[in-house]
Amino acid sequence: MLKVVIVGNGMVGHHYVEQLVASPVEAEITVIGGETRPAYDRVHLSEFFAGRSPEDLALTTREHYIEIGVEAHFGDPVVSIDRDNKTVITETGRSFGYDKLVLATGSYPFVPPVPGNDQDPCVVYRTIDDLGAIKAQANEARVGVVVGGGLLGLEAANAVQNLGLETHVVEFAPGLMGVQLDAGGSAMLRRKIEALGVTVHTSKATEVIESNTAGDTRLLMKFADGGSLATDMIVFSAGIRPYDQLARDCGLTVGERGGIEVDYHCKTSDSDIFAIGECALFGGRIFGLVAPGYRMAEAAVSQLGSDKQSFQGADMSTKLKLLGVDVGSIGDAHGRDEGAIAYTFSDERIEVYKRLIVSKDGKSLLGAVLVGDCSDYDTLLQYYLNGIELPADPETLILPYNAGEAPTLGAAALPVTAIICSCHNVSKGDIVDSMDAGFYSLGEIKTETKASTGCGGCAALLKNIVDEEMASRGLEVDTSICEHFAYTRQELFHLIKVDSIKTFDELLEKYGKGRGCDVCKPAVGSILASLWNDYVLEEKHVGLQDTNDTFLANMQKNGTYSVVPRIAGGEITPDKLIVLGEVAKKYNLYTKITGGQRIDLFGARVQHLPSIWKELVEAGFETGHAYGKALRTVKSCVGSTWCRYGVQDSVAMALYIENRYKGLRSPHKLKSAVSGCTRECAEAQSKDFGVIATENGWNLFVCGNGGMKPRHADLFATDLDDETLIKTIDRFLMFYVRTADRLQRTSVWMENLEGGLDYLKQVIIEDSLGIAAELEQQMNNIVGTYQCEWKTTIEDPERMKRFVQFVNTDAEDEHIVFVQERGQPRPATEQERLQLLDKSA
Amino acid sequence: MSQATTICEQQDLIINSGICANVEGQQIALFYLPKETPQLYAIGNWDPIGKANVLSRGIVGDINQRLVVASPLYKQHFDLVTGECLEDSACTVPVYAVELVDNKVILSL
Ligand code: SRM
Ligand SMILES: Cc1cc2nc3c(=O)[nH]c(=O)nc-3n(C[C@H](O)[C@H](O)[C@H](O)COP(=O)(O)OP(=O)(O)OC[C@H]3O[C@@H](n4cnc5c(N)ncnc54)[C@H](O)[C@@H]3O)c2cc1C
Ligand code: SF4
Ligand code: FES
Repeated sequence: MLKVVIVGNGMVGHHYVEQLVASPVEAEITVIGGETRPAYDRVHLSEFFAGRSPEDLALTTREHYIEIGVEAHFGDPVVSIDRDNKTVITETGRSFGYDKLVLATGSYPFVPPVPGNDQDPCVVYRTIDDLGAIKAQANEARVGVVVGGGLLGLEAANAVQNLGLETHVVEFAPGLMGVQLDAGGSAMLRRKIEALGVTVHTSKATEVIESNTAGDTRLLMKFADGGSLATDMIVFSAGIRPYDQLARDCGLTVGERGGIEVDYHCKTSDSDIFAIGECALFGGRIFGLVAPGYRMAEAAVSQLGSDKQSFQGADMSTKLKLLGVDVGSIGDAHGRDEGAIAYTFSDERIEVYKRLIVSKDGKSLLGAVLVGDCSDYDTLLQYYLNGIELPADPETLILPYNAGEAPTLGAAALPVTAIICSCHNVSKGDIVDSMDAGFYSLGEIKTETKASTGCGGCAALLKNIVDEEMASRGLEVDTSICEHFAYTRQELFHLIKVDSIKTFDELLEKYGKGRGCDVCKPAVGSILASLWNDYVLEEKHVGLQDTNDTFLANMQKNGTYSVVPRIAGGEITPDKLIVLGEVAKKYNLYTKITGGQRIDLFGARVQHLPSIWKELVEAGFETGHAYGKALRTVKSCVGSTWCRYGVQDSVAMALYIENRYKGLRSPHKLKSAVSGCTRECAEAQSKDFGVIATENGWNLFVCGNGGMKPRHADLFATDLDDETLIKTIDRFLMFYVRTADRLQRTSVWMENLEGGLDYLKQVIIEDSLGIAAELEQQMNNIVGTYQCEWKTTIEDPERMKRFVQFVNTDAEDEHIVFVQERGQPRPATEQERLQLLDKSA
Repeated sequence: MSQATTICEQQDLIINSGICANVEGQQIALFYLPKETPQLYAIGNWDPIGKANVLSRGIVGDINQRLVVASPLYKQHFDLVTGECLEDSACTVPVYAVELVDNKVILSL
């Protein structure tokens, strides 16, 4: 069988292995990785500092390689290639013969040759091992400097800032991200990240790094211009250099400035040796992004079979979030083409910069720069990649929307060659083909084409294309909730109500098929609760609930739960605070003040939930429904009782509202807030329904939210008295509960209502449908039948039988291990857990 | 070698839902679906994708006629009969033989 040896198990090397295994080529595959661990997601390395563990970043495991029949060795780099005998030799002296050799050795960070760069607090940022070194240095540091203001440098700055250090970026060039951005974009980016507390130093050449004997920091950087900067650690991120020494040593052709030269087939100057990814030089370029590397891997694999593909170079357009700032760069950002016309839009107030580079004839897009707002990126990229003719006034593509509707590009305008999903290289044509083959649901199309199964960034575009194709084929867009019910949530709600259906089984028998699933069961459970308000853990409803609803607590990543008692309006007595502290101590729980003005206790084992709640209920607490699609919190500001500006008692109103609607089951979670005056300290305008005090009563705002796509609430009614306010909210909430789709927040629901806000006002305020009394009545029923689910649960021994780890023993789940951090427990990472196990063994 | 153990009684089971048992250190998720034949299903409790012992706490149902449990963490579906993950066929959880004899739940490792 063909012996294929792959040197380097980074992102691209691993992709090659996956592609080769999936191809029809029969091969004996050997992987030799220089790092001690199998391939991981380098692109998301910085998420490590936001809490992702090395296991979360892993792209594969040793076991998986064994399963798919790949021989893999890690932590033993290849040190030489013997081309005559077709073998490679590793550091520990092992040798492996090959028929085809693939070099996927990637690159390493370039450290400028500055005297003093070899001290301990000088680190680089490329591997998981580097992360450990950075963390260790940061523990003893107050100030951190990143050398390099390019894409990777700013990623590193993000990491340094996440570690809580005063952060500086030192760049040799006059601007940040000089490769991707023009001067204007670069200046706006600088302004934005300086506002985030990162100090930027440009046009600075470091001459020497001294240990700082005088000051209170560890190092002192001295610059060519005479200036200096004191710091505790330095992360070098000043570019990458390909790992090409192996290739040089065995006489393969390498580029003048490094990189193993390859042709369209990713072959090196030896036709049995391929090079792919960041070590390969194609057309005089190294592609420092992962997608081109994947395309190289695919091209290289295809050379071993009959259907040979070639690598044609790659588009380097990028869209990123750097330190929370949206940055996009398409094509030629610098307008190098002769006669190119540039359009620039810059707004320093909202800190947005956009630039278009257009061909001389104004017909095609050559490049674009976006800083602060990337919402136009997808559309612009399609214009660029597919050579779509620009509208007569190209500037409308980047002007703010209120200056006239921007002509967004409909899915129908895209040519079949347009790449929709760049992670998996899926074109519009591929999607249409899979529909031709009879796959019509989004789920099927995703599985068939792999579109939208990577970063997920193309999901909206994919759905547009599928919807539009369906429409053009005269097919109806399927709005069924799942394979078991050919109805929307709204339709199910009506069926259940009209037929007075009380259980899932009844509904399934009458209107569904099969047995149900994790989509329809909780949705129906929620409708049943909204309508009849039974105790959710009654036997007939038990199987419908998500684990969070079953155990009346939120499951955390390690299988433990969080406990969130209701603290209405954020008001709590000292005695109750003490009880929370005592319970947390007793059960070793992590405590945190949430963003919703209450206290979350994390890390409870399932078997401890009942006794924890028993103590809480005895102290007068109720469940906070943090687990349910239900009312969450009603935040309050301190209001007229204490605040010198307050005009109404906002705390009392918040308490009243929270207690009225607690327990209400809804299509998605509901949040509210009450502010005591227009200064709006409770942020009521970011809530599903928010109340703001006026001299004469209350203003009601609706359909706002924070979260993934924040939306300001709309003013709905003004100067309401207490009674009218509550009536209006009753109607509004009940109408939402009745008519919204599953997992649709109020904002999206309202935007999808034909007639929008005006229609909603007609129904709720003017009672245009004549259902207001019924809505109020229904709400009164719910309010009247409220029960604290935790109280009911702990009083009923039959219900308690679920709250055990094991049915047959009192043992604990030994996979749940905690370590102490900042005086509290947190889940151990996999690595820590194994270390603890080792120690105790 | 398969060895049969009595884990619990029928009344300890929860209708249309799961519980977890510990047999010789292995965590096993047991599902009781009275309307199906057979009525009992046993798979590993470890969710290889969410990386925690949680499968017994998922929602059961069917997808394309296959009986499945949805992981409560990230909602991938595992086939109760074969242990296969529907979203990622490379991921499979162990399945165990289990039966109800005289009100007793008997499992073979
Ligand atoms: C604990 C908390 C974070 C904190 O430490 O402060 C939190 C934690 C979670 N949030 Fe949140 N959110 C928390 C306040 C918020 C806020 C701020 C607020 O409420 O004022 C927001 C933005 C406001 C909003 O929702 O409009 C928020 C927007 C989200 C979203 C995005 C919702 C959206 O419509 O885009 C999700 C995801 C979802 O619900 O689908 C989410 C989901 C979650 C989940 C349930 C994720 C999960 O499934 O595990 C987290 C579990 C909580 C737990 O285990 O107890 N959380 N989350 C906050 C609990 C507040 C509370 O007392 O109940
Ligand atoms: C912090 C950071 C953020 C990034 N963000 C993005 C992004 O947002 N988007 C994007 O597209 N790209 C991004 N990148 C770049 C992306 O990670 C790389 O393009 C990609 O990892 C290249 O894959 P590769 O397999 O060619 O090289 P690598 O992933 O570097 O893998 C090469 C492997 O080969 C090993 N090796 C080297 N020599 C030998 C030897 N002699 N024997 C055995 N093994 C050897 C190395 O140790 C390494 O494990 C980022 C990179 C970093 C560091
Ligand atoms: S909104 Fe602000 S100013 Fe007004 S009452 Fe509340 S705390 Fe006072
Ligand atoms: S572009 Fe990333 S999943 Fe499609």
